[in-house]
Amino acid sequence: MKRHSISTRIWHWINLVFVVTLFMSGLTISNAHRYLYWGDWGFQAEQAWLAVPRFPDWMTIPGYYSLAVARDWHVLAAWPFALGLLFMWLAMLANRHFKRDIATSRREWRPGHVWRDIKAHLRLDFNHGPGKYNFLQKLSYGLVFGVLLPMMIVTGMAISPGMGPSFGWMIDLLGGRQSARSLHFVFAFSILGFFIVHVALVFLSGPIRQIRDMITGGRTDAA
Amino acid sequence: MQRRGFLAMVGAAFVVGCNKVAETEAGANLLSAAERWHMGAQRLLRDRSALAPEYPRSKISPFFRGNGSTDPQNGDYQAQAAAGFADWRLEVRGLVDNPLSLTLDNIRRLPQRTQVTRHDCVEGWSAIGEWTGPQLGTLLEAADLRGDAKFIVFRCTDNLNGDDYYESIDMVDAFHPQTIIAHSLNGEALPVRNGAPLRVRIERQLGYKHAKYLTAVEAVASLDGIGRGKGGYWEDRGYQWYAGI
Repeated sequence: MKRHSISTRIWHWINLVFVVTLFMSGLTISNAHRYLYWGDWGFQAEQAWLAVPRFPDWMTIPGYYSLAVARDWHVLAAWPFALGLLFMWLAMLANRHFKRDIATSRREWRPGHVWRDIKAHLRLDFNHGPGKYNFLQKLSYGLVFGVLLPMMIVTGMAISPGMGPSFGWMIDLLGGRQSARSLHFVFAFSILGFFIVHVALVFLSGPIRQIRDMITGGRTDAA
Repeated sequence: MQRRGFLAMVGAAFVVGCNKVAETEAGANLLSAAERWHMGAQRLLRDRSALAPEYPRSKISPFFRGNGSTDPQNGDYQAQAAAGFADWRLEVRGLVDNPLSLTLDNIRRLPQRTQVTRHDCVEGWSAIGEWTGPQLGTLLEAADLRGDAKFIVFRCTDNLNGDDYYESIDMVDAFHPQTIIAHSLNGEALPVRNGAPLRVRIERQLGYKHAKYLTAVEAVASLDGIGRGKGGYWEDRGYQWYAGI
């Protein structure tokens, strides 16, 4: 296993704090109007494609229902989250982490290779030889970096009424303001899904070493 | 420990931590600073008079929901409504050299703007409607707005939980082409639930800025001493003054 670079380690933990803050304050905002719609408008249950459950206080920021305070936390955390993601992308491109470790090769997409990787994961066999990550890891990290995290920013901006004059085309591309709001929710829960699998795999693959390496960087060795 | 119990404990601990941060003065300042960064960034990204999206009439929602006050019971509002708002006046006052007291008829005779726009409530829902009325800028120019005026305060007749509703905007939004004093929704006189007989439309901000049941437009140099000093009924209750986010 190669070392995690300093930029990766710093971003990883800072990002965790802000993603958690955004998610938990987002649950309060969701509680303010628990219906999701497609298109430009929607205001009542009968028009909704999903009635979201009410989230309990221990999951939400602040720990009681206050849309005003939740919005304060959400707009505050949005800044370091967005700037951090920009920093991480620049760092990944500059130190070649993306090209070397995350970008997949055509060979890895062959069905036989993908199937072998799935079977190895099901056997909890994480010894994947040379290279930092195996195929499923690359795919999920690629999706998180390339789609889920940036789309949180894009859909978030599309919900902001002040951005309409500059990015009306972006709102149309997403299918309207309420569609953008629905997608903001869908991508947020996709990130939660990634988070759960990510943490579960850390626990199954040597949690002490994994967490230590994400703090200290880990050992440099030939493999 | 059960995993669910563990998660709940970590979640609750994080929430308590956040609440502690928010209680400190530095924490509270930081939280309100983020709103100003967003406002600055949005004004940097777009022209000051850039228009919020407008829609074709075919996109109008079949119903325009009311929210907050939907049927004021205070003062003589009910009597005015019964009389078709025949005696309603809109005052333009404060830091102006030529204060005005306009009837609905005066307002309907001014140059009008009609716009089909999307209303986004802070809670998350949206509705599309067609609004008609004169631009606020027209009224301010007719009243000879003074140079020391920094904000426009909207005075409303409705009273929520013991406090009069009011709102405020700065001059960038006051003179924005889509900021109008609307008297019509979808080609008809405003329904009571949507703010009859007059409401303001500030299309680049959230619904709570669009004050209903307007009685006066007041030019001021500072928001101190008005309500609890935060610039609006909901702002006095912790909501963001810049509602463009």
